[in-house]
Amino acid sequence: MSTPVLTQFLNELLNGRLKMVDLTQTLSPEFPTIVLPPEFGQAWPFRIEEISRYDERGPAWYWNNFSMSEHTGTHFDAPAHWISGKDLPDNTVDSMPVENFIAAACVIDVSKEAAENADFLLTIDYVKAWEEKHGRIPERSWVLLRTDWSKRATPKEYLNMAEDGAHSPGPDAEVVPWLIRERNVHGFGTESVGTDAGQAHHLNPPYPCHYFMHGNNRYGLQCLTNLDQLPPQGALIFAAPLKIRNGSGSPLRVLALTPSA
Amino acid sequence: MTEPLLKPRKKNPVERTRLATRPPGARSRTALGLTRAAAEGRFELQVCADCGSVQYPPREVCGYCLSEHLAWKPVDNRGELIALSTLRHSNDLYFRERLPWRVGTVKMTAGPVVVAHIHEDCAAPEGTGVPVRLTLKLDRSGQAVLHALPAKDTPNMNDAAQMRESTCDPKFRRVLVTDGKSAMGLATARAMLDAGAATIFLGDPSSWKTVAAFDKLAADPRVQVVELDVTDTDSVDRVAASIGGKVEILVNTASHLRDGGILGRKDVILARDAMEVNVLGLMRLAQAFGPGMCFRAADGSNHAVAWVNVLSIHALAALPSRGAWSASMAAALSASQTLRAELRGAGVRVVNVFPGPIEEDWEQLTPPPKLAPAAVAKAIVKGLQDGIEDLYVGDIAEEIRERLRDNHKAVERELGQ
Amino acid sequence: MPVTVPYARYSSRSAHWWLGRALGELIRGAGLAKTDVDGVCVSSFTLGPDTAVGLMQHLGMSPRWLDHIPMGGASGVVALRRAARAVQAGDAEVIACIAGDTNQVDSFRNTVSQFSRFAQDAVYPYGAGGPNASFALLTDYYMRHYGATREDFGKLCVAQRDNALNNPHALMKKPLTLQQYMDARPITDPIHLFDCVMPCAGAEGYLVMTEDRARALQLPFVRIRSTIERHNAFPDDPIQFRGGWAMDKDALYAHAGTAPEDIDFLETYDDYPVINMMQFEDLGFCAKGEASAFVRQHRFTIDGDFPFNTSGGQLSVGQAGAAGGYLGLVQALRQLTGTAAATQVAKARLGMVSGFGMINYDRGLCSGAAILERGASA
Repeated sequence: MSTPVLTQFLNELLNGRLKMVDLTQTLSPEFPTIVLPPEFGQAWPFRIEEISRYDERGPAWYWNNFSMSEHTGTHFDAPAHWISGKDLPDNTVDSMPVENFIAAACVIDVSKEAAENADFLLTIDYVKAWEEKHGRIPERSWVLLRTDWSKRATPKEYLNMAEDGAHSPGPDAEVVPWLIRERNVHGFGTESVGTDAGQAHHLNPPYPCHYFMHGNNRYGLQCLTNLDQLPPQGALIFAAPLKIRNGSGSPLRVLALTPSA
Repeated sequence: MTEPLLKPRKKNPVERTRLATRPPGARSRTALGLTRAAAEGRFELQVCADCGSVQYPPREVCGYCLSEHLAWKPVDNRGELIALSTLRHSNDLYFRERLPWRVGTVKMTAGPVVVAHIHEDCAAPEGTGVPVRLTLKLDRSGQAVLHALPAKDTPNMNDAAQMRESTCDPKFRRVLVTDGKSAMGLATARAMLDAGAATIFLGDPSSWKTVAAFDKLAADPRVQVVELDVTDTDSVDRVAASIGGKVEILVNTASHLRDGGILGRKDVILARDAMEVNVLGLMRLAQAFGPGMCFRAADGSNHAVAWVNVLSIHALAALPSRGAWSASMAAALSASQTLRAELRGAGVRVVNVFPGPIEEDWEQLTPPPKLAPAAVAKAIVKGLQDGIEDLYVGDIAEEIRERLRDNHKAVERELGQ
Repeated sequence: MPVTVPYARYSSRSAHWWLGRALGELIRGAGLAKTDVDGVCVSSFTLGPDTAVGLMQHLGMSPRWLDHIPMGGASGVVALRRAARAVQAGDAEVIACIAGDTNQVDSFRNTVSQFSRFAQDAVYPYGAGGPNASFALLTDYYMRHYGATREDFGKLCVAQRDNALNNPHALMKKPLTLQQYMDARPITDPIHLFDCVMPCAGAEGYLVMTEDRARALQLPFVRIRSTIERHNAFPDDPIQFRGGWAMDKDALYAHAGTAPEDIDFLETYDDYPVINMMQFEDLGFCAKGEASAFVRQHRFTIDGDFPFNTSGGQLSVGQAGAAGGYLGLVQALRQLTGTAAATQVAKARLGMVSGFGMINYDRGLCSGAAILERGASA
């Protein structure tokens, strides 16, 4: 027996009044993975090998083996991923409450600023100004940073590595604790390989988005795409990571539901 | 006098491609001592320990005193050409396609009489013989043959068609350097260009990373950049689909080198990375590029000719402080032996390079002597020009090789200190 | 009567068929029962996987003396030596000596590839795919050192062809002029087309027994005056310009009590013309290096002043593998029993047969010769 709300929801989805937007990049070997200093362990990029393809290796079937790290492609960061969240309860992908897989999203569009300045940092003032136009960020919302970074065509442009490291947008060190304290956000999401800016190792603390979000048992989403198809407010995000034992994160399908018009 | 090699004309695409044939490859086991010498660029024959006589053809007991104490030793390679003939007909497919072909009888200063390929610059003997030098080289069957060269080098000597059948000269050939962004890769590409390569396909495993020297080399009109990640089957297949029919020499410089033994870590991630790049990368490249190279192994004067693996002397003797990497080198060596057997049918030579430590980032803490990448690259080019198959580069590699021959257990203990 | 099973360029039969036919004709021709033949000597390159042993069961023979002579062109003379000693010693009474080979399209290639270890290791990798290169090198050396010319070789080939035109068994049926010889296409300098034998299938055979037994059977026969044999002679010669006969020819003549001028005809082993020249020298008909002059001074046809290879030799008859080593001996037996038909040398009383063979690495290793005398004609 389904309740009326679910029935209505399904009807709205099927008749097109609700639109489903896929915020996920396709997993392919070409998709760039974050590159850490070479002395550290590196995340495996996505690699895939055919087992068989209706051939002598398996006549009537096609299937593949693949390998990757938890943080390759469009992926979810759990609080256990960062040192500041290591001791918090239910901080891994397999232990976090499943209700947390569904949340609303606010999409803050900084694509123009990011186009001019790859190191653009989101500030408290910028958020306040955004709220003036689009309304206050509701409790337990994802804050998704639309930079159009997913439209960068080559790995070189996407990772944007210079001699002093990567250059990509992100939040500054003040706005993250503010979002948590003042708005009780669910987590932070970006289109680039990290929730933090490419030069975030120079912020104080370094990697403030990871540090504060995970330190407060909140979540991260990376390598999102199609944020330009979402309204600033009102979209509903389904982001359920794989149930990896003690997982620090996982690749996943991130889906958004939004009214059509 | 040998004419200098001409730049090959463009292939007519609608003509059938000539496929590879091979000279007779059967040899007795003892005769493979010649192959061992030729593979390393040495000139050795059996010498009787009891009466000192030099033996040829290779045999089981001394032809003079019947002693069984025959050992392979370097001998004087000089001789006198006493009879000369030019084949204008052969029952053998390989030679039929390469007529006319000069063979001759050489009386060696060291004693034996040999039949040898006679370089076109060797004069015909008149009343007396003509002085020549003998050299042992691997032919297209991967077996040793004797070549007689003029007493002194002549201009364009190595361009002679007969010599080119026993060597892998980069001149006018198109070379794929699988990792062209590393120091070793860049040096290899430059050395190949200096040796007259027509095109370098410069592999780029990390297009997101800017390396100034790479960009500079890529600007050379003879250089074509190809994005190539040997850990990614798709990437390897894509590149092979695009340029596979053009690669005449493949130099696999893709390399993953990190410190770390086995016990010092609690994971096998670095080991897996080393295996992925150094071993599975080699296999992917072989699967993708091997068939095309075999198909073109007799196609024109710039036919596909060699596959070069830049390994390490530690493929032969593990360096425990770098145990995971050493294991991958040993695995790569084993894989290359299989590859050698698989490419032999087409006459494509697998060349293994065993340098000592190379002067590059991950060897920073290794005390000298270390080899400059340019020196290794130069040795690779010379090895290809000379037709060497097992190339030891540098003092450390030579020393370990000698110590292994003498007492492999001592090497194991001493490297493990 | 010696037997020649007519040669064929190619044969789909095995060597057993050729050898069996030779043995059958020998036995029938001599009016013997099969069981009268109590000794057999076999030479063949294509009998594999059988040797003489397997052949005995194949042919239903139970000899008390059996030998297998793998000496190529020297097989005829060497088989004669072995068989004669066996009969002399009483080890057998009637010995059939047979040689034969089949020739299929890949026979040559297969034979060559299995020929010898030194050839495999040190000659075939250099391109000729057969013995041509080694003989070309010998010829090159000989020509340069002794001033022999292609015309000299050609004269011998032309004479042999003239002789062959009288031999119904010869596979070469067209006359050969010196000009044709000179214009022929080069194979391996300085060897040209007409310097090379044509491999074919065929078989030859003869019987060996005591003179008394031959008379009792009323068979025409030939006497052996002397024989020699030598293997790997002059190993320190850097290249072969003389064969084993040079070591033993004095004994050959002394034992027979004859001299070169007593010889009425000479059958040499002629795989290449240069080897004929070496045999002229090493068998005492001229000095070393003088064979060119010798050739220019004599006529070698059946009716010439030095009848030579009177059946045409291998160069005109064809080389039926090991049977090539018997060709000269069988022809000599015919000459000395008056059964050489159109190739008969008039008043042939004393003949010499020479054998040479097994170019193992860079030189022919086996040599042999026999001086034979007319016994009783047909």
